[in-house]
Amino acid sequence: MSVELNGTDVDTTTSTGEAERPLLQIKDLKVAFRTQTGDVTAVDGVDITLYRGQSLAIVGESGSGKSTTAHAIINLLPGSGRITGGQILLDGEDLAKASKKDMESIRGRKIGFVPQDPMSNLNPVWSIGFQVEEAIRANGIASGRKEVKQRAIEVLKQAGLQDADRRLKQFPHQFSGGMRQRVLIGMGLAADPQLLIADEPTSALDVTVQRVILDHLESLTRELGTTLLFITHDLGLAAERAEQLVVMYKGKVVESGPSREILQNPQHPYTQRLVAAAPSLASRRIQATGSIHAAEQAIAADAATAAGDELDLIATAEARAAALEAAASAPPAIVVENLTKVFKIRGSGDFKAVDDVSFQIAKGTTTALVGESGSGKSTVAKMLLKLEDSTSGRILVGGQDLASLTGPELFKLRSRMQPVFQDPYGSLNPLRNIGNTIGEPLFTHKVGDRRSRRERVYELLDQVALPRTLIGRYPNELSGGQRQRIAIARALALKPEIVVLDEAVSALDVLVQAQILRLLADLQSELGLTYLFITHDLAVVRVIADNVCVMQKGRIVEAATTDEVFDNPKEQYTQDLLAAIPGANIELGA
Amino acid sequence: MAGYIVRRLLQAIPVLLGTTFLIYFMVFAMPGDPIVGLFGDKTPPPQVLERIRAQYNLDQPFIVQYFIFLGGIFTGNLGTSFSGQPVSEILAATFPVTLRLAVLAVFFEMVAGITVGLVAGLRKGGIFDASALVVSLILISLPIFVIAFVAQFVFGIQLGWFRTTVGTGAPIQDLILPALVLATISFAQISRLTRASVIDTDGQDFVRTAASKGLSRSRIVPVHILRNSLIPVVTYLAVDFGVLMVGATVTEGIFNVPGVGRTLYQAIIRGEGPTVVSFVTVMVLIYLIINLLVDLLYAVLDPRIRYAK
Repeated sequence: MSVELNGTDVDTTTSTGEAERPLLQIKDLKVAFRTQTGDVTAVDGVDITLYRGQSLAIVGESGSGKSTTAHAIINLLPGSGRITGGQILLDGEDLAKASKKDMESIRGRKIGFVPQDPMSNLNPVWSIGFQVEEAIRANGIASGRKEVKQRAIEVLKQAGLQDADRRLKQFPHQFSGGMRQRVLIGMGLAADPQLLIADEPTSALDVTVQRVILDHLESLTRELGTTLLFITHDLGLAAERAEQLVVMYKGKVVESGPSREILQNPQHPYTQRLVAAAPSLASRRIQATGSIHAAEQAIAADAATAAGDELDLIATAEARAAALEAAASAPPAIVVENLTKVFKIRGSGDFKAVDDVSFQIAKGTTTALVGESGSGKSTVAKMLLKLEDSTSGRILVGGQDLASLTGPELFKLRSRMQPVFQDPYGSLNPLRNIGNTIGEPLFTHKVGDRRSRRERVYELLDQVALPRTLIGRYPNELSGGQRQRIAIARALALKPEIVVLDEAVSALDVLVQAQILRLLADLQSELGLTYLFITHDLAVVRVIADNVCVMQKGRIVEAATTDEVFDNPKEQYTQDLLAAIPGANIELGA
Repeated sequence: MAGYIVRRLLQAIPVLLGTTFLIYFMVFAMPGDPIVGLFGDKTPPPQVLERIRAQYNLDQPFIVQYFIFLGGIFTGNLGTSFSGQPVSEILAATFPVTLRLAVLAVFFEMVAGITVGLVAGLRKGGIFDASALVVSLILISLPIFVIAFVAQFVFGIQLGWFRTTVGTGAPIQDLILPALVLATISFAQISRLTRASVIDTDGQDFVRTAASKGLSRSRIVPVHILRNSLIPVVTYLAVDFGVLMVGATVTEGIFNVPGVGRTLYQAIIRGEGPTVVSFVTVMVLIYLIINLLVDLLYAVLDPRIRYAK
């Protein structure tokens, strides 16, 4: 197969007649899921055209139908999903009407698929070699034990696993997330398909690993001339990696065209919001709005009459700077000194998860602890919350040494320091209604009586901008963003001074993420909260944090103000992290 | 791995001591004099009673009797029953019979349970699934002696396919019917367990990925769905085998199987301390070993599980 490489100008027709016909043409595709209350349409009239050698990204938030579209192409819709209308033409052949047998021969051979989560997409009970060889045999690429094995090693090496021959016999759990994703990419490309569908191929990985994998995927598909259909929720990533962009919202395509054009000049209101909210593209810390802080209010009132929004922003930023300065002179809310945590691992000695970590957080400010998985950032949070004991070092909260606290004192401290965790699905008890969930800390700490607690719950719901009617509802009736608001309300119930946010927005869609970040900023200036913000996402750090500590392998490698870290990173590791933020270098027109 | 096995075997020692002590104490505390009971209506002369008591160490205090018994176990002497037969001989006669019965029963319940569970799971909500559920529920709710008597009547008397009771030497063909009866109970459990496990696995991401690689359904089902689904099922089967190995008293009684369950039951009725305690000791040992094997098997089935050195 010799496909001409055309990097940038994809819309121009190449000289060969074959290239004029699109490789994949989706016409008015409709997909529905059968539920007890009737059909629910997940994809509603989607049109996508993809030419040979092109790369195209479908962008949208969860529930937009982007993954469903991808699964419809290879006819692997989950559960009761089925194609209810339209055509999926691959090289002129309608896949929507293809028989089971035909689809089996198309999957793998003509269309490769790289799934989203490297942790769950390899069968844990079979070796890596077995699973790659199986794909090779099923597509008739090679036969005979030796040949198949040879090809498997080739495929894995191509995908970037240099020691493939040695690791064939190993099982998925012995591979890191990035390695597994390489295996999945290798399997997807094993039969040299014309089209590769990559469904959020790196969302579960650390940014630096993400970049390496995507770079590799890009050069590999270019080398092989594979057409790439890319599914992602990350606008920056999509724009950086694909020539063409299709933005989906509620099952419909709202905008499509060349990536940069869309990013710089979004037409549809939804795309405009998406571009504005993408944290990877933003560049300033969120300033609190609607604050009741007296000084800010005065300035804001002044500004509103004078020059409107822009000046308002500058004014609030100035107020914030003043507040920061004031905070710096007051005693810090949290002091961490030489904190170390050693885990004993049976058979292989000690593992230093946190190594001599020291930092301070001034009252009313936000410090972000940034690092990739395994850097020890969550362990620091756990020790601060005293959910885990430290091996050595000190933690002072409001001047009190955590280690010296016992029973009742510790209990009291817990009311001043509250956590919000990452997974809004796992951190709310599904059997308790919202009122009980938010009111539980009040009950545990015996604050007030039934009626005053109920009043407080209403107040908290107002604070996190949720309707009061939610009080009797259950978590499964709420969206991810609403759940995270509930978790924040619960954390605020006892009027804490410190909130530890452990990846509190990582599981949310960009628009929801932006809302929650704004809410957090507002609450901070309103209530004078101190945040310890744990995240792997530097893009989020930029919009929420005042100070940043970058962690790597248990140590803090760089600590400075957010602007300093972003504008002038000193450590190589920080520079790598920054460079890995997808779409960071894309100029925005708007 | 070897270290793990040694540790597990060492853990078995306190368990063995504890269980034998408990059983020994309970047999000791049973009301009535077993020696007097041996003579039925007749009143034995006191000297004879004394002599028999001394022969079985029954004149010693309880704790001394227990240690004499323990010492016997470690030297391979399990004592003799009241009929004068060494207990080790009784063990050698009954355990092979129960072993055969247990293997047959596990084989039947495995083949039927997994097949039905797999088909029901793959066609969730279909007619087969619904009827399998109804049959399972009926079997679970019937007491085993009812199933046993019905089986004896239908297959033994009406159809004449099997003999209603087990003959001498307990040949395999006589054990089939009691094994089928034993299998019905666990069949329901295994088919339900397999079904749930298959449904769970079928929804896993790696199954979809397998399909996206171009594999046919006929390969995905055995290799990616069944293999993964069997892990909990095999564990259940092994534990069930352990339960069957320590005797199925009711079924063995009804079919007159000369196995562990029936012999133990008779020994308990007669108050034969040495026989009861020896049997229970061996049962505990078998149970512990089977449990260890289950854990090792688990590691074979699921490569993620590795026991520390």
